[in-house]
Amino acid sequence: MENLTFTQEVKPPDTKKGPVKWLKDNLFNTWYNTILSCLALVFLFFVFRGVLTWVFTQANWEVIPANLQILSIGPYPLEQIWRVSYVIYGLAVLLGLSAGIWDGLTRQITVAIGCLGAIILLLPFEISVREQTLIATVILAVSFAIGRNKHNWKRWVVVGWVLSFPWTMMMLHGFGGDTISTTLWGGLLLTLILAAVGIVACFPLGVLLALGRRSQLPAIRWVSTVYIETVRGVPLIAILFMGNVLLPIFMSGDFQLDKVIRAMIALTLFSAAYMAENVRGGLQAIPSGQVEAAQAVGLTYPKAILFIVLPQALRAVIPAIVGQFISLFKDTSLVSIIGLLDLLGIGRSVLGNTDWTGLQTEVFLFVGLIYFIFTYAMSHVSQQIEADLGVGKY
Amino acid sequence: MTENENTTNDPIIICEDVHKWFDDFHVLKGITTTFKKGEKAVICGPSGSGKSTFIRTINRLEEHQRGTIIVDGIELSNDLRNINLIRQEVGMVFQQFNLFPHLTNIKNITLGPIQVRKMSKNAAEEAALALLERMDIADQAYKYPAEISGGQQQRVAIARALAMEPKIMLFDEPTSALDPEMISEVLDVMRELAHSGMTMLVVTHEMGFAREVADRIMFFDEGVVIEEAPPADFFDNPQHERTKLFISQTLQH
Ligand SMILES: Nc1ncnc2c1ncn2[C@@H]1O[C@H](COP(=O)(O)OP(=O)(O)OP(=O)(O)O)[C@@H](O)[C@H]1O
Ligand SMILES: [Mg+2]
Repeated sequence: MENLTFTQEVKPPDTKKGPVKWLKDNLFNTWYNTILSCLALVFLFFVFRGVLTWVFTQANWEVIPANLQILSIGPYPLEQIWRVSYVIYGLAVLLGLSAGIWDGLTRQITVAIGCLGAIILLLPFEISVREQTLIATVILAVSFAIGRNKHNWKRWVVVGWVLSFPWTMMMLHGFGGDTISTTLWGGLLLTLILAAVGIVACFPLGVLLALGRRSQLPAIRWVSTVYIETVRGVPLIAILFMGNVLLPIFMSGDFQLDKVIRAMIALTLFSAAYMAENVRGGLQAIPSGQVEAAQAVGLTYPKAILFIVLPQALRAVIPAIVGQFISLFKDTSLVSIIGLLDLLGIGRSVLGNTDWTGLQTEVFLFVGLIYFIFTYAMSHVSQQIEADLGVGKY
Repeated sequence: MTENENTTNDPIIICEDVHKWFDDFHVLKGITTTFKKGEKAVICGPSGSGKSTFIRTINRLEEHQRGTIIVDGIELSNDLRNINLIRQEVGMVFQQFNLFPHLTNIKNITLGPIQVRKMSKNAAEEAALALLERMDIADQAYKYPAEISGGQQQRVAIARALAMEPKIMLFDEPTSALDPEMISEVLDVMRELAHSGMTMLVVTHEMGFAREVADRIMFFDEGVVIEEAPPADFFDNPQHERTKLFISQTLQH
């Protein structure tokens, strides 16, 4: 008997739909959905019309360009502004090189920042600002071009990023006789510094606390648990206050920690506790067979954690970690309570000026937009990292 | 059946009155035995009898609380250096493979040699590719474990253990999680390994494999070895009621 089989090439069903089809399927598929969709449309129309009319005809946007400098850097002295520029140039070199050396995400970020530079160039800023933006953008582009065929520079670029923190602080503060007190740091500059330091410092601390909480050694486990639970039980404002009021009392007379540094410490210590719990969630998801398999090929326990458990655990909780970073970024606005002038604090001080009374909506909308741009960028980057790492693929 | 041609008389694992408790639960109740270099021992017995626990004490994934275990001249104690030394000499293959899902197959294999044996990356990769060739899955080197079949995953796991060039290989039910059609490809690899002279301790219910490859079959029940014998004696002339029952049950399948 001959065994005849007919195999036909079968194409997968076409699941892509045009927008019209999508609308029909999702918004107008039943009579009550149609009514709801229409009501929603009418509602949106009125809201949008109201907002747009206000933005374009009633709002007084003069307040923003007039205060752009103070919103950006706070009361930082104008004649020292070159320090900020140098910091930006330094970061531009690092970012450009990174984008050239590593493909993918860093490149996207660089292109986005490059575009931002180009936009600033086109906007009616003061000529000096545009000049410096031009320089920064050119530096970015040039270092990108250089970085493209310098794959063996990887290590140095990483070292550069690590050093960029002390470099930034020293540059902004100045060294030798001529220094700029941190009480003069403010605006977006201060917000970004607080957030960057908080994010970079709370991450390793959080990972260590999470590992500590699962440690076999009772003392370490106990200390980590008490720390995490205590900090999570106290509002950030209270920690900022304590740092501000109590620390100076405990510390001996001459040596006083700078107010900005105290805020950085408070933010870091606070976020680390939450970070630890996020990471612990990831650690718990890793089956014990993974450590056993690693130990069975001779890896020591610390190496098994470092190479096998942590990469999987962190990858599983990227969304939670980035969520934590985003809240940290927004929480920096609480430092205005201890008298620091971050972006939001500066916004409020602008409103205190009699020239600009009554313009709350404009100022807060603008400040809110800035926060949104940064947090949205973080969220986008996180999604990109997830996609790159193939989270959820296995 | 005759003794395997490459079994020697030098002992490589010596167990003296090994006891193990999980809290109050007495899992191993005094195991005394010696495995010789090149010996293939198959361990069987009912579920919960302590088979896994026993072979896991040999590379200290489980700690024994009484008695002594000496592996390749090193006594297992709480000394971390000894434990790490012994783990380099003893490879292990798990029922659930336990591959590292975030690493490609070849990285799964090279991790140990690079991190523990301090091999160069190139040398480790070359060796890994040769092992994958031996396992007949060289074309799967750069895929992730999730992208290959169960039988292929288990062979990657065997390659991972072999990459450390161990003197002893422990297998804990290596085919129990596999679909029937993949069991033979893993058993083939283990058979080949047995012929190469490796010392092997294999927990398995594959009685055909046991009969063909083992020098000795150990029957565990409730934490003691109640019978041990070469396969011919074990299958055709079992001594204990418990063993007879077990054999009649497994041969029915
Ligand atoms: N980590 C543990 N904690 C407490 N009890 C355990 C632990 N691991 C195993 N046991 C218990 O020890 C006994 C022996 O377990 P073991 O895994 O060695 O059995 P086994 O012979 O391998 O059985 P199976 O054929 O089901 O794999 C079982 O009763 C099991 O419940
Ligand atoms: Mg078992």
